[in-house]
Amino acid sequence: MGLLRRIWALGNLSRLGGENESELHEHMQMRIDANLAKGMTAEEAAREARLRFGNPVAVKERVNAEDAALGLGSLFRDLRYALRGFAKTPGFTIVALLTLALGIGANTAVFQLLDAVRLRSLPIASPQELAELRIAGGNLGFGITDGPYSHFTIPMWQEVRRNHEPFSAVFAWRATDVLAGKLSESNRIHALEVSGEFFSVLGIAPFQGRLIEPQDEAGCELSKVVVSYPFWMSRMSGQPITPSSVTVLNGRSVQVLGVTPPSFFGMVVGSSFAVAFPTCTPPNPRHEMFSFSVMGRLKSGWSIERASAYFGSLSAGIFESTAPTGYSADAVKLYKSFRLAAYPAGSGVSELRDAYDKSLQLLLAITGLVLLIACANLANLMLARASARQREMAIRIALGASRRRLLRQLLIESGLLALSGAAFGVALAQPLSRLLISSLSTSQYSIQLAIEMDWRVLLFAASVAVMTAIIFGTIPALRGTSADPIASLKSGARGVSGSRERFSVQRLMVIVQIAVSMVLLVGALLFVRSYRNLLTINPGMREGGITVAYLNFPTLKIKPENEAAFKRQLLEDVRSVPGVQNAGTTTNTPLGGSSWSHNVKVGAIQGATKFTYASDSYFTTMGIPLLTGRHFTNEDTNDSPFVLIVNQAFIRRYLGNTPPIGQPVHVMPEPQYPERTYQIIGTIPDTKYGSLREETPPMAFAPAAQFPLTAQGPGLAMMIASSSPAVISDVRRAIGAKYPNMVLQFYDFQQNIRDDLVGDRMMAMLSGFFGVLAALLVVVGLYGVLSFFINQRRNEIGIRIALGAGRWQVVRLVMRDTAVMLLAGVLAGTVLALLAGRTASSMLFGLQSYDVATLAFAFLLLAAISSLASWLPARKASRLDPVAALRSE
Amino acid sequence: MAKNDLQGALDLLILKSLDQLSSMHGYGIAMHIERVSDELLSVEEGSLYPALHRMEQNGWIRADWRVTEAGRKAKYYALTAAGRKQLAAREKNWEQVVKGVDAILRFA
Repeated sequence: MGLLRRIWALGNLSRLGGENESELHEHMQMRIDANLAKGMTAEEAAREARLRFGNPVAVKERVNAEDAALGLGSLFRDLRYALRGFAKTPGFTIVALLTLALGIGANTAVFQLLDAVRLRSLPIASPQELAELRIAGGNLGFGITDGPYSHFTIPMWQEVRRNHEPFSAVFAWRATDVLAGKLSESNRIHALEVSGEFFSVLGIAPFQGRLIEPQDEAGCELSKVVVSYPFWMSRMSGQPITPSSVTVLNGRSVQVLGVTPPSFFGMVVGSSFAVAFPTCTPPNPRHEMFSFSVMGRLKSGWSIERASAYFGSLSAGIFESTAPTGYSADAVKLYKSFRLAAYPAGSGVSELRDAYDKSLQLLLAITGLVLLIACANLANLMLARASARQREMAIRIALGASRRRLLRQLLIESGLLALSGAAFGVALAQPLSRLLISSLSTSQYSIQLAIEMDWRVLLFAASVAVMTAIIFGTIPALRGTSADPIASLKSGARGVSGSRERFSVQRLMVIVQIAVSMVLLVGALLFVRSYRNLLTINPGMREGGITVAYLNFPTLKIKPENEAAFKRQLLEDVRSVPGVQNAGTTTNTPLGGSSWSHNVKVGAIQGATKFTYASDSYFTTMGIPLLTGRHFTNEDTNDSPFVLIVNQAFIRRYLGNTPPIGQPVHVMPEPQYPERTYQIIGTIPDTKYGSLREETPPMAFAPAAQFPLTAQGPGLAMMIASSSPAVISDVRRAIGAKYPNMVLQFYDFQQNIRDDLVGDRMMAMLSGFFGVLAALLVVVGLYGVLSFFINQRRNEIGIRIALGAGRWQVVRLVMRDTAVMLLAGVLAGTVLALLAGRTASSMLFGLQSYDVATLAFAFLLLAAISSLASWLPARKASRLDPVAALRSE
Repeated sequence: MAKNDLQGALDLLILKSLDQLSSMHGYGIAMHIERVSDELLSVEEGSLYPALHRMEQNGWIRADWRVTEAGRKAKYYALTAAGRKQLAAREKNWEQVVKGVDAILRFA
């Protein structure tokens, strides 16, 4: 309380000063009055009062000092003094501020991203109550999984909807795509399929109109939607919602019920939805199709653990009653062994989080280390500055300044630097984090993240600033004020030789810098080489000059028995377009992350294999050679024996040394896919399947013509051997003219593969950038410290030269210094790099984190740059004129 | 052991005087101490006013400007509740100091 009053008094110093003066003045007057009453003359009375009072100025000062804490008052003076000092050394100030702004900015930018994908809650009511239900350990590849957030089949959801004691209410949702606009010129937009409770459980109020309610779940035709605020603004120009508001989706006009508030981006962090439509319960829901995410709001008194236990005990019943038919007994047994568990969902779901969480944390560590190096440089700068100011400090100590007071002065200076650096850094973090996001966005998928300055980001920046101030400010301040005034004043501007102690602190800092930059360089080299490995790996098939085409024709209403013929005709149509060298159809496009497998039995061995139905032209289009046996022919149809082409991994897994050709492969039944026995007719080499990183799994290809009738659908994926935009637009025109209602999408195959590597690209680019930056900082730091040392040792070197030391001996003297620091730093750095490398090893491809070549290369690089950094000061030392050096003392 | 110093004694004198006078200006406090102690004790202005202001900042006494009987404007001080507590503590403390000093003086 007293302190607060004193701080408040600071602002009123002049008024208080006046008040105190009149108080003391009145006191004096009262004394004079009393003296007069005693019979003194006016002159005597005043004189006696003054004598008794003493020095009025001193008394007034002391009284004033009691009112306003002296410490705080002088704080402003110290601040002003620091600012004046910075203004006088603009070079130092700019370098220091720039270093800090960049360092803190980079750290804040990465942290901001981490905050956005990981820490922030969804903009909904009481997000901490939200929990998601999932099968503990996942569905182990059972059935068909629709997307990354698909954990529930419709029958499972219906069970939970009926019985959810721990939750006050539950809802189901899934992320999907719909086509916006007229079919011929439509584009895909993100959509949410939601159960009727979705918005009310989340506590989202409509921005306009109304949101989806339980009664909207009636029909399975897409007829009414709720749109997001951005969609409403861009596609509907923000027109008020009326019962006649409509928009065109999937080629049909649908009613728009309302608009969600601007802050609501959906459930997926890093993405945003455009429209939400009500789910429906089809009469015969598929029991093997995992498509929904199910969430609920915990009742008060229920914890996540208790809810998990509750649903765990219910699981046996749920999975018993929802088990799909058409599977083998083993598969059904697996399904019935699933257990549900509850997980916190207050910050939404995010593929981005799963994919980049580790990268971002690592990046934060990297930027933190760069900042550490920058701090060490700054500390050396401050030390040099402090030694230049030694005289000033000595005089101030001699004049009676306390050490505490000087220490405060120096800490205020570094604190001021850190604080302004942090302010610039926070401002810089905004464009930097946007840059980061755009480096992760791909040609097809742009990341939608709201980058905001919330209290976490500000707190982070502030604590980073405080830490930097402590690191680069404390040691120089302690050293600067520990000077013995007499010694410093006596020894003049430069000592005969500086104290050994200070040298060792600066040496230690250079060693730390070298060690840290060793870690960063090793990391950078590892990530760059890993990215290069991914870029240059041979996937076993053609990558360039291939276009992936998706053709969808739900409105053509083709009968299942005619679909095979229609698709063959479609392929011929595409192949006949001039400029198209070749084209093949496939049920699974490689290297796109998707997967399609069947359980098989070959001889006595049971297991799973990737399974693809492809046209015979698929292999020639993709440049996959046939090793043995024959290709598919037009004679391979659903009426002829079923045939397979398998890869080497399949042979290794299921056949060993048995000659593959002619071997039967038994495919286990699944809904829509009847039990069948195929015969191997050909073998191909191993090619990559889902992603470049994966080991090649067992793969089997069956002819497109033998695709089961029961599984036919109105869509087709095609690999076209041409990436020329002109040819592709010819294809689009030709197909569009023949089938006006067909939805066509084309992607460049190689671009798709590259898109999958954006995370690796980001790590390679950024770690490379920071590695180079660290090396540069080390050069600067080493150069500065050596120059400083040499300056301190001028006399000694001068004497050596005067006594006949050769130029090279002087150079060696300096270089030996560097070598010692380099070796110590590299040694420590190697240990640290090996320790740190363990966390990164899972992100590397084609090399280990303890790669000897990488370590050696980083060492050579550091050796080279530190020689470079010490060469210049060493040469300068060797050219020292001994007479001048000794005379200037 | 009881903690005490000269300043503590001055604070005690001022607090006790304000307790007895209920409300007084600095000059009056100084006069009161002189008069009651039969001129044995005298308070210097250079110590009195800093002490008053420190105690005011500590919240032991509060001040307001009033007009004296003689028609002068003066700053009147009065004890607060915290000041009363402080006074009680210091009185007790003082008794102990006196007892301690006494014991040493009487030691033979």
